[in-house]
Amino acid sequence: MTLLTSKRAPRAQAKTHKIRGKVHLREHLMGWLFVGPFGIVFLAFLIAPLAYALYLSLFKKQLIGGTSFVFLDNYTKAFTDPSFLSGAWFVLRFSLVAIPLQIVIALAMALILDAVTSLFARFSRLMIFLPYAIPTVIGAVMWGFLYSRSFGPLSDVFGLFGAEAPDFLSSNLIFYGLLNITTWQWAGYYMIILYAALQGIEPTLYEAARMDGAGKWQIAVRIKIPLIAPALILILVFSLIGTLQFFNEPQILRYLAAGTIGTDFTPNMYAYQQAFALANFNYGSAISFALGGVVFICVYAFLFITRKRRSFL
Amino acid sequence: MTDRTSARARRRPQRYLPMQILLGFLVIYFLVPFWWVIVNSSKDSPGLFGGDNTLWFTDKVDYFGNLQELFTYGGGIYGRWILNSTLYALAGGIGATILAVMAGYGFAKYRFAARRFSFAIVLGALMVPATALVIPTFIMFSRLGLTNTIWAVILPSLLNPFGVYLMHVYARDAVPDEILDAARVDGAGEVRTFFQIALPLMRPAVVTVLLLSAVASWNNYFLPLAMLSDNRLFPVTVGLGLWQGVASANNAGGTSLWSLIIMGALVSVIPLIIAFFSLQRYWRGGLSVGGLR
Repeated sequence: MTLLTSKRAPRAQAKTHKIRGKVHLREHLMGWLFVGPFGIVFLAFLIAPLAYALYLSLFKKQLIGGTSFVFLDNYTKAFTDPSFLSGAWFVLRFSLVAIPLQIVIALAMALILDAVTSLFARFSRLMIFLPYAIPTVIGAVMWGFLYSRSFGPLSDVFGLFGAEAPDFLSSNLIFYGLLNITTWQWAGYYMIILYAALQGIEPTLYEAARMDGAGKWQIAVRIKIPLIAPALILILVFSLIGTLQFFNEPQILRYLAAGTIGTDFTPNMYAYQQAFALANFNYGSAISFALGGVVFICVYAFLFITRKRRSFL
Repeated sequence: MTDRTSARARRRPQRYLPMQILLGFLVIYFLVPFWWVIVNSSKDSPGLFGGDNTLWFTDKVDYFGNLQELFTYGGGIYGRWILNSTLYALAGGIGATILAVMAGYGFAKYRFAARRFSFAIVLGALMVPATALVIPTFIMFSRLGLTNTIWAVILPSLLNPFGVYLMHVYARDAVPDEILDAARVDGAGEVRTFFQIALPLMRPAVVTVLLLSAVASWNNYFLPLAMLSDNRLFPVTVGLGLWQGVASANNAGGTSLWSLIIMGALVSVIPLIIAFFSLQRYWRGGLSVGGLR
């Protein structure tokens, strides 16, 4: 259609117009050609599972009478189910502590590494980032060893001072045990993102500030941190999404910390338990969908609140 | 760019001693688990449970023996797990990267119908937790008879909305429209323009997306744990998790398994560490993109 109009256009009109008209149809075609393959995968492995989870979550399998439509019963069941609620409460509490902790540590490390330019600082940067290359499962396995009473070093270290080693796998301290593992795993990755953003700041800005009498501390707080706000928001979103779907670490430590971590420790573990151990796919889907919805709403609300900061979206 | 580098070079190297000491402590903290694994993978079971210093070697250092045991135990199942992980990481990583590069470029450089709407949906998908998709995908795949096959792990790994977002930002800024238009006027087709002009310009971001997707596949645990029941298809994460469960369940009989798990953990982290260090200069350039806009 566009092609035809452009062909009929009078010669007098600029040649560029002709090209643009031609490009117009091609743009639609080429655009969809480039985006299409991803679009198919997107529909098949994101939209379809989401829609299917929603559909499944509206049904219930009964011993007598087979599967029947129960509308929102699974959701009302989930939101009154002590197992789901206690898991959700744990994950929420954990996020409120773990996310600020990780980000503050990552920010402090990034600021130090941005200011200190020695060979050792460059070496430290790589070493701090190293845990990101470790699968979370392996990280949890490794820390599980370190926490272990039989072959961990904690009893040796605390024995030096005549104190009894804390048991990070006990129900009192598992919160801190997991907090340490996630911080170790992710702080370096967040540090690298923040560090890259800091390196992108024009150094002339610092010189201007110094000329105005700003100290190093003031430069860090007044110039560096505000300028990397988009990167901070990006890692906040990442950590929020990651922490709310907590699964790998507690699932691995479950074996070591028998009795401390139950199958309903986090909502994701509970969904897994319902679907794969009890074959209760309808209820498992409802929990999955509810969790996904809560995460989506949390992140969306967060981005909406911080939108003035010119976030990454 | 040259301005910035020269300005940086002009500043004399900054070494604050207290900061360096603090960094030293941080490095120790981040390396302790690695050190523990490196030391203890040299021990045999008596050495491991002997109660000697757990952060130092015993008299008997036997890496070779432990390695041999690791790769022969259970008919060499560990070697299979490493190969499976490699296959899943490469297939998922390369596939996801190809799709993300094409889509990111398409979103950035073509004004096609429903572009803004579809891109908004992709951005929304960034906020959907991946694990929420595992259970419904499992049920879909079980209807299709795809569970417990390699496809059950590879196909869902092809989805990487963050990669699309990263490529979109990078293509928008690093590939000027003028160059593309010039290539078109010179008679280059769209596909040729993409491969010969745009792709070289996007290389840092391509490497970053490839690395991020490969790492995501290599690290994946929930998806293969749910999809696979045949332990010969397990990736190394699920395999070591299985061993750990077995070893914890029978404390007495599982002692030899513990030294295998420690050695297995050490061996499994080596490939990605090598990949990260050798590709450092590529992914560092690409990583700054996501945060800066």
